[in-house]
Amino acid sequence: MLDFIQQLVSGIALGCVYGLIALGFVLIYKATEVVNFAQGDLMMLGGFFVFTFIGLMGLDYWLGFLFAVCGMAVFGMATERILVRPILGYPQFSIVMATIGLGYFLRSIAGMIWGTDDLRIETPFSAGVLKIGNLVLAHDKLSVIVATVILCAALYAFFNYTRMGTAMRATSENMLAAYYMGIPVKRVVSLIWAISAAVAACAGVLLAPITFIHSNVGLVLGLKAFPAAVLGGFGSIPGALVGGLIIGVIESLAGFYLPQGWKDIAPYVVLLVVLVVRPHGLFGPSMRKKV
Amino acid sequence: MRFVFKTDYDQDIRILKHSGYWWSYGVLLAVLVAAPFLLGSYLQSQLVFVFIYAIVGVALMILTGFTGQASLGHAAFLAIGAYTAGFLQSLGVPFIVYFPVAAILTGVVGALVGFPALRLQGIYLVIATIAFAFIVEEVLARWETVTHGNEGMRVRTLDLVGIPVPRDSEAFYFLCLLVLVGTILLALNLLRSPTGRAFVAIRDSETAGKSMGIDLAAYKVKSFAISAAITGMAGVLFAHKMTFISPEMFTLLLSIEFIMVIIIGGAFGVHGAILGAIFMVMVDPFLTALKDDVPVLAASVASSFGMAQDAATQLQEKLSKIGSAAGLKGAIYGLIIMMFILFEPYGLYGRWLKVKLFFQLFPLYKRATFKRQKTYVKSERNR
Repeated sequence: MLDFIQQLVSGIALGCVYGLIALGFVLIYKATEVVNFAQGDLMMLGGFFVFTFIGLMGLDYWLGFLFAVCGMAVFGMATERILVRPILGYPQFSIVMATIGLGYFLRSIAGMIWGTDDLRIETPFSAGVLKIGNLVLAHDKLSVIVATVILCAALYAFFNYTRMGTAMRATSENMLAAYYMGIPVKRVVSLIWAISAAVAACAGVLLAPITFIHSNVGLVLGLKAFPAAVLGGFGSIPGALVGGLIIGVIESLAGFYLPQGWKDIAPYVVLLVVLVVRPHGLFGPSMRKKV
Repeated sequence: MRFVFKTDYDQDIRILKHSGYWWSYGVLLAVLVAAPFLLGSYLQSQLVFVFIYAIVGVALMILTGFTGQASLGHAAFLAIGAYTAGFLQSLGVPFIVYFPVAAILTGVVGALVGFPALRLQGIYLVIATIAFAFIVEEVLARWETVTHGNEGMRVRTLDLVGIPVPRDSEAFYFLCLLVLVGTILLALNLLRSPTGRAFVAIRDSETAGKSMGIDLAAYKVKSFAISAAITGMAGVLFAHKMTFISPEMFTLLLSIEFIMVIIIGGAFGVHGAILGAIFMVMVDPFLTALKDDVPVLAASVASSFGMAQDAATQLQEKLSKIGSAAGLKGAIYGLIIMMFILFEPYGLYGRWLKVKLFFQLFPLYKRATFKRQKTYVKSERNR
């Protein structure tokens, strides 16, 4: 029984990681209906930024964290301006391919600049564990869980209760109509890329003590976050968190109870089943066909 | 510019529209038949890879270019074809049997993947095919009695009705060429048949197609099955060309390369698949050549413009250091994808058509002919 609970807890921690990355997918999808395949690589870049600020320049952890998040926000805006804006309005698949190309590019460039070794930084969460009875939870994982919940809540509130959030939802419903209503669509899209890159940077920094920083971390985790986003219903912020948790728990339990090899494919099996049975996910709006 | 005066409905769907086609494609075929006797073994081997990529490109063109169903799982179909060939060959089954068996098996798997595709659109379909590819990769790594797991599997020399066909021989080259030509003819014939018309109708508008009486489910599954079966045939050739196959050869990156083939070539015609395949296979040796030549060239240009000798040498060293950095290839691939999508969305074939039209209409060509319509995003969620 204790084994089960311990697996459950570590699954939840893992799930929050996926949820945090899925949050980035969901934000961009929610506002512009673009799926950003480079999200995991933006996260990887965030990790490298924080390594540069803390590991190389010797800044304080929180200051480095702040700089990395701001730096990635600017980077996200620049990406939107250069790569996404010219092809906005063309078939979705070409934007997807462009982000795949971006991911390829970022991975290689990061490998060339920072090398291909595992890098690590000192964080306040690196050591120390939380003990509840016989349960053990490392501080670095706890920090991910707390940050994911806070970010989800904050972004959910942002989307539902602020003017800008409403403008973003309107943009995603119908861009042309949003233009007519006086919504600055270009600025909205720019901003959403900035926010999404900032969230990715948060994920990168918080994951640094767990997965270390290397150029391929984004590919692996980014592809695992897809099932999470789909399960939650692409476009729902609480869905990203819940989807992430379900995928994390399933992966963790599959690794413990099922034969070797199931751990890695269990999320994808779940994904396929969800896509066949309920393509709009747990929290997605139901699809109606209109001509 | 030649106008074909049509007197018969059949002329509309002829593959070779007029005698000019006979000449140009005849010459191309003659050059390709003569190529192995004229080229060195390295270029011949590269051409074989071009053929294999082109076969997959044509398969993907049927699915993505003509039916509008994106797939990032074609590496998995290639793997299924390759492993079927390897396994059946090790059981002593002859080539003429396992070649069609591999195609049929891959086609059946493709149809199975097609079923979830019935309910999925756009990005969801891409994600589903990625998930499928991951599952196949993991199965290949774990099902050790058949696939030998991560150790990989050796594929023996191809044995064509008693005649051995080694991977570097001219015979293997001609076999690949034959399969490619067969595939292209199959694709072209398919596209002028009712089935092909239905595919195109599904791509352009599912709702319109449905209201014209097209059974969406049946045609989507058919498209997946045909595309997968052709990829499976390419997989057999791939296995024999590589002589060694292991699960890590068939990753997502290979699927992305295949998608690049049709994006770079131009995702609206069979020509595009061929041009894209040539580009994708040749970019690698081209980059290798550049890596050696560019630093020297840059240094000599710099010194001829009056740069000091040691500064020029430094420049050369710096450039060659960048050139030999690990991962440069990935960065260039990424750049190529982004550049094509931003600046030449119709691909190489589109560029060729533009150049051709420019000379045909000279001096009346206008750029707006090829301007794409922007459609502002409406939510796909309520579609």
